[in-house]
Amino acid sequence: MPVDVLMPQMGESIFEGTITKWLKKPGDKVERDEPLFEISTDKVDAEIPAPSAGVLKEIKVAEGQTVPIQTVVAVIDAAGAAAATAPAAAPARTEAPQAAAPPTPPPAPSAAPATAAQASQRVAVAPASAPVAAAGAPAMPRRDGQRIHSSPLVRRLAREHNIDLAELRGTGAGGRISKKDILAAIAAGGSRPAAPPPAPTFAPPAVAPAPAPPAVPAAVPGAPGTVVHVTLENAVPRERIYFGRYEVQPMTVMRQRIAEHMVVSKRVSPHVYSVDEVDMTRIVQLRDRTKNEFEKRFDTKLTFMPFFVRACVEGLRAFPTVNASADGTNVVLHKEINVGIAVALDWGLIVPVIKSADEKNFLGLQRAINDLAERARSKKLKPEEVQEGTFAITNPGVFGGLMGLPVINQPNVAILGLGAIQKRPVVIEDAIAIRSMLYITMSYDHRVVDGAVSHQFLQKVKKALENWSENIL
Amino acid sequence: MLEAIRQALFEEMERDPAVVLLGEDVGVYGGAFKVTAGLLERFGWERVIDTPISETAIVGAAVGMSYLGLRPVAEMQFIDFIACCFNQLTNFVAKSHYRWGAPVPMVVRGPSGGGVHGGPFHSANPEMYFVHTPGLKVVYPSTAYDAKGLLKSAIRDNNPVLFFEHKFLYRRVKEELPSGDYTVPLGKAVVRREGRDLTMVSYAAMMHTSMGAAEVLAKEGIEAEVIDLRTLLPLDRETLLASVKKTNKILVVHEDTRTGGIAGEIAALVCEGAFEDLDGPVLRVTSLDTPVPYSPPLEERFLPDVQRVAAAARDLARY
Repeated sequence: MPVDVLMPQMGESIFEGTITKWLKKPGDKVERDEPLFEISTDKVDAEIPAPSAGVLKEIKVAEGQTVPIQTVVAVIDAAGAAAATAPAAAPARTEAPQAAAPPTPPPAPSAAPATAAQASQRVAVAPASAPVAAAGAPAMPRRDGQRIHSSPLVRRLAREHNIDLAELRGTGAGGRISKKDILAAIAAGGSRPAAPPPAPTFAPPAVAPAPAPPAVPAAVPGAPGTVVHVTLENAVPRERIYFGRYEVQPMTVMRQRIAEHMVVSKRVSPHVYSVDEVDMTRIVQLRDRTKNEFEKRFDTKLTFMPFFVRACVEGLRAFPTVNASADGTNVVLHKEINVGIAVALDWGLIVPVIKSADEKNFLGLQRAINDLAERARSKKLKPEEVQEGTFAITNPGVFGGLMGLPVINQPNVAILGLGAIQKRPVVIEDAIAIRSMLYITMSYDHRVVDGAVSHQFLQKVKKALENWSENIL
Repeated sequence: MLEAIRQALFEEMERDPAVVLLGEDVGVYGGAFKVTAGLLERFGWERVIDTPISETAIVGAAVGMSYLGLRPVAEMQFIDFIACCFNQLTNFVAKSHYRWGAPVPMVVRGPSGGGVHGGPFHSANPEMYFVHTPGLKVVYPSTAYDAKGLLKSAIRDNNPVLFFEHKFLYRRVKEELPSGDYTVPLGKAVVRREGRDLTMVSYAAMMHTSMGAAEVLAKEGIEAEVIDLRTLLPLDRETLLASVKKTNKILVVHEDTRTGGIAGEIAALVCEGAFEDLDGPVLRVTSLDTPVPYSPPLEERFLPDVQRVAAAARDLARY
């Protein structure tokens, strides 16, 4: 039966492609995934594989022609129900015919077109030792035009529990959905609902994923309720890691979640960093003056953190795109200002969130900060307390060092890093003074936030801190 | 293990006067590996027979003996020489009961396997020629306890049984055996080590290699289940499939060469019986497809070892 071959979309902003070369002519036999034609686009040149095995019946778009993406450029007469390697013992199920878009390879630099694109496509496929799924097996679910790699066991469990494999990400080899992944999905509440609506509505969309958060210790940001899994891959063949004496420590669940989150955050958000310097002398002196009275009166320790949170709130009010998330081509401007405070734990790290930080007064902030930190360390945080942050602050300076360049806590678009407060000589009105100085850094997601905004935000925070006038008692 | 085999022969010959031994050097010399030492002195030359160097004659005579009511145990001095009596075994021994209603209750036994620098003519693993022959049973133990119990069962079985003894294990496997009569049933595999991340299936010397690999993996948090086949024909399908249903991944380790080894048979069985329980491909670690090398470093490379088995198992567990 005929299978359409489409002009693929090579990148998000690419809407057309030019056929530069047909590698087969009508009447030629083609195998599935065998290179069929070459294209050229604004961003990349690529070799495009055939979406199905069969005979190339007709070429509709000639070499040199440019057509919009998704245009049918050729037709393949597909080889019926069974592919070439149908084993006799396989159960009698035929592969459902699919008029699919060819897989979209990741953009390859146009300097090394055909082979690089081919190689980068292959990277996404299961490793060499994995078998081709028996042709008699049920059709692989297709997602984004790519086959979903799993295993017979996973497909059976998905079928039995009504789970759509297209909605899961795999942590198995080559990103396949493994037994661990499907069992986790089943434990997290069985069949998953449809994806949330693409356009943001005025009220938050009623997404409500998994009915209960999965049974994971106070989840790392971004983890609960979502099923974003990333393969923790090694950069070198495994044998190169084991030599001499060693001890293998399996990662705790929290460590795995942290690792996954860091990989995803760096991959998804282009991180850029701004640095500024704050004269904290005023606040240091204020704190020294008032901390005993504060603690006596309010029965809670006075730290620097609420000052920073207040200053950030001012910055976030002035620059709402820093208090946002990205969703494909939409920027989601959060009306809530929920500030996460990173807490270092003996066994990992976690980011509890102060909800509606803009609505709390100084004391309220300090209490919230101390309470969340204490319950983070004693593992008493509730899952909702690590969710719905819109911005985050981390304080690596407390361990020493000038500054840190943190990883953005998804799905935020920025995170503020605080260095250590150190006395340094600075120039004030052409004289040298010794002041308590602090480096602040902001890592921001350049998809949403530009340098100008970032630096202006930091200036706002700096001014708020340097000109602190609020009475905290 | 060698001593366990001798005990089995001794006890069966005591128990049943129909049991006789025959083979090259089994009587006066006591056997090339001394398995039959002392038996001639105990049971006499009518029951412990030194033969000429002719495997065809040994097996042919054993067939005739069994037709006359004896229960012969024929030895191949090195199992490699079983090729000389291939016709007798496959055309007569295996088909006699099927074709003529004449059972052949005999055992053919001999030292098999490599790892002892024996070279290509003294290190064979010829089991698959006979696993492929309907009418025979094929047994290949890995422990002294099993060797004794399985040999007794083989001698008492009315079917012809090929009993392979891994020469590497002769003096390396030593166990305290229970006194008194006991048998181990043919056709039953055993789970040597319980696990949950993958199943390793093996037999004979490689069973010990697999256990070694399982220990290496346990340190990395991978718990392997290890199954010892013990009998190759008939294969214990139930135990294999039950384990695959539990761990969802299976790795076969055998010292036999790769192509045509029992791993292929097991892979087909698993696909037929437990395809939807597989969370990964059926993999195998085997010897290379060459004759057994004489040169020690080449033989080392030829045979599977603990590191290679552990590496394959690790990859499968993490697939």
